[in-house]
Formats: sequence, structure tokens, C-alpha cells
Amino acid sequence: MPVQALQCKECRETYPLDARYVCERCFGPLEVAYGLDGLDPEETKRRIQAGPQSIWRYADFLPFERPPAPGLPVGLTPLQKAPRLAERLGVREVWVKNDTANPTHSFKDRVVAVALAKAQELGYRVVACASTGNLANAVAAHAAAAGLESYVFIPADLEEQKVLATGVYGTHLVAVQGTYDDVNRLCTELSADRDWAFVNVNVRPYYAEGSKTIAFEIAEQLAFGLPDRVVAPIASGSLFTKIARGFEEWLGIGLIEGELPVFNGAQASGCSPVAQAFEAGNDVCRPVRPDTIAKSLAIGNPADGPYALDLARRSGGAIDSVTDEEIRAGIRLLAETTGIFTETAGGVTTAVLSKIAERGDLDPDERVVLAITGDGLKTLDAVRGTVDARQIEPSVAAFEEAIAEEPVLAL
Amino acid sequence: MSVTVKIPTQLRNVTGGDTETMVDGATTVGDVLDGLYDRYDGLRDRIAEDGDLRRFVNVYVGGEDIRFLEGLDTPVEDGDEVTILPAVAGG
Repeated sequence: MPVQALQCKECRETYPLDARYVCERCFGPLEVAYGLDGLDPEETKRRIQAGPQSIWRYADFLPFERPPAPGLPVGLTPLQKAPRLAERLGVREVWVKNDTANPTHSFKDRVVAVALAKAQELGYRVVACASTGNLANAVAAHAAAAGLESYVFIPADLEEQKVLATGVYGTHLVAVQGTYDDVNRLCTELSADRDWAFVNVNVRPYYAEGSKTIAFEIAEQLAFGLPDRVVAPIASGSLFTKIARGFEEWLGIGLIEGELPVFNGAQASGCSPVAQAFEAGNDVCRPVRPDTIAKSLAIGNPADGPYALDLARRSGGAIDSVTDEEIRAGIRLLAETTGIFTETAGGVTTAVLSKIAERGDLDPDERVVLAITGDGLKTLDAVRGTVDARQIEPSVAAFEEAIAEEPVLAL
Repeated sequence: MSVTVKIPTQLRNVTGGDTETMVDGATTVGDVLDGLYDRYDGLRDRIAEDGDLRRFVNVYVGGEDIRFLEGLDTPVEDGDEVTILPAVAGG
């Protein structure tokens, strides 16, 4: 397997493949480095196509020297063509990467599958995370499947659905009175002195690699082709930048050909440190205090903010933000045109796609991929009060009377 | 007048293993850091660059990110706790 070392993204210092995430020389983030040059594209493609029906078919590009024991089956989620959404937006092709179709209904199953496999390889018996919700669900579920003990730290005001869908797996659930950024600070402190694998702290370099599999799947599902544009949400910026990294790795070895797609990042106006920095022309983000219904994106102090800004700029894209009202409209637009019910984060992403379409940024001939990262059943509060059910007596007459007021239905 | 500073694992090889230390006579976060730089050889280069903190270093006073306060000019008082942490976690 081509995995080589951990390497600092800033100063390029290298480290062994153990549980560490910070460069000791410059405090920069560590990333997994691979030696991919030796991979023959045709042979690699055959190995992928003959591989398991999960993210592990991309094992050449994941941080393991030996294949890990399989856990919950993750990935190979549908890439669904969305002609009605495309027509609404005035663009040739829109595809929805529907990551609600993962075991715990969000893209976080990808990163957790990789992080827990690595944690087990490194000998950890306890796993933990700081979460805005989706990660909590995934860590608790994957730990249960693997027989690991888990501690899940969440902001105390998290959506009830996400709290319940975490606790059910039998994890130690800790609700912290503060924002996600407080939770994250606490976990960073705790990780120093506990022999636990915090998936998004001390094993974060491995965890983050899991997000590349979205890019690999998109490319494979497009017959080893590329979209022209990717629209994806930004919380910490890890997913956003790793999708690009996945395409770049495949472009680098000639497994796919073409240009890196344009990357558009999506944030909620109530927590938009990266969009604000993009707008202001800054290359670092000023932290904010989140106030948005898109709680899964409510990271006020995004670790990969500088890299997300760099990606949007060098790919010719942008980072936009949308209001809570636009988020709700985005959820409805996606549901009504594709049959996919997404959580608030997907509302953010869809609303940003609408926004850039209205702004005239889309070429009518483009092929756009929209990354839908989580399920609408996780954030029901966002649509509560927006749906009417007409109550009637159980009789034909009552039904006829009711539909008489709705001429479209009467047809 | 003394402030407690909590030192992250990644810096303990320049603090001789110290996980926590006290700085006396500081009135701002900048003073606290200067006190640490005087005490520990090599610390300044690790977390600071061109007179400012490196971009992947977070500093907190009483749990509050100093970027929400007054940055390096944030005042500190007797008994305050200053925490230095890597900024590359989460998400």
C-alpha cells in the first residue's frame, strides 16, 4: 500500500504514522502522505472495480499498510441525476451525491470508518469525538459495531433527533454547556492526557482521509470522469478540501483526466467565518459565534479555513453564505425536485447552488455535483410548521369537499 | 499577581516536560507569552512568527479565545488561567 508518513501541510516536516495531528516544529496540521507515483492507472482501476462495495475499494488511497478489518459498510452512496433541479436552475446537468444513504445517514460514516480502523490498528480501546451531531451518530454506531467504548461530546443545545440517534448505541454522551468550539477546545485538552483516540483530534489526519472517498465515488460513478463544479458545505473545511484532494490524487496518477473542478463552498450566514474571509480577501478566518439552524455546520473557528479559502480561489470558485430562510427553501427545493430530504446542511448547500445560479456564475453547459451530506430526519425542527395536512372525515364526500378547494389535486 | 499557563503536549519538549507554569507580573496575554519565551528556550519560534502568534495556535483566557477579546493585548488578572492549544482539531 502506498501510504508513507504523516507530513506537515505548512513546513513539510514528516512524522511516523501514529496518533498525532500537530507539527511539533511549526504547529501546522499534519496530513497523510502517499507515494502514488508507482501506481499503474489501468491496474489500479481494475483493483478498484474488483474491490468491495464500500469505501474500502479505494484502499490504495487510504492510510493503511494492511487492509483493516471491515466494520459497518460505508460509502458507494448514489450519485443521482437531478434533471428537474437542473431545469429549475438553468444548467445542463446536476448530480446529487446522496450521502444520506450511509449507515448513520451522513457523510461522517466515511471519516469515522477510517478513523476507527486506524484507532484499532494503533491499539486504542476507547474512541471519542467533539461533534455537531452527525459525527456523534457515526462514532457511537461504529464503536458499537466494533465493540469499542466511546465518549461523545456535543453542545448541550443539539437537535433532539441527533442526541437520541447517538445515545441509542450505548455511548457515553456528554452534553457540554457551550458552543461546538468550546466542545472542541475541551476535547483538545482532554486528548493530551487520555489514552483515547479522539477521531477529530489526535487521529484527525486519518479521519480526514475518509472524505476523499466522496471524490473517488463521484469520479467512478461518472465513468472515471469529472464534474465541472462541486458545491459542498463548509464547517471545519475538511470535507471541502479533501474532496479536491481526492480528485487531485487521481488526476496525478492519470486515473482520470481533465481539470480540477471549480469548488463552491456553502456556509450559513449565522456561522460564516470562511465565507466572510473569502469576501474580504483574507487568507485566514476570524472566528465567529454561531447562530444558525444549520447546527451541523456551526463551527465558528474552522481548522481548515485557510485551505478552504485557498481551494475556492485557485479553482475559480467562491464561498457563499445563506440565511436560515434560504436554508429552509433549499431543503424544500431539493426535496421537491429530487425526492431527497436533506438536513439543514444540505439546505445550505442547495441554497448556495441556487444563489450562484441566480448570480449567473453557472455556465449552461456545466455538469454540477451537489454534495448532500446528511438526512432531513435529523433536523425535523427546520421544517416543523411548514407542512399542512388536511384533516377529513373518512368519507368520499369529505374528501371531495376538501379537494374542491385545491383545483390542481382535483385534476 | 500571577497567571497560570497550561501547556499543550506538543510544546512540552521545550518546557522540560512542564504541563503547567506560573507567570508573575504580567498585565496582558502578550506579557504572559513574553514571560514564557524568557523562561523556555525555543518556545517563541514554535508558536510565534513576526511578532504575532502562528495561525494554527489558539490562546484562551478563562476558556475564551483571545480573538474574541483583545488578542495579545487582552488584559489578565491575578488567578487567570491562560491555555495554549493547537488550532487544527475538529470538524
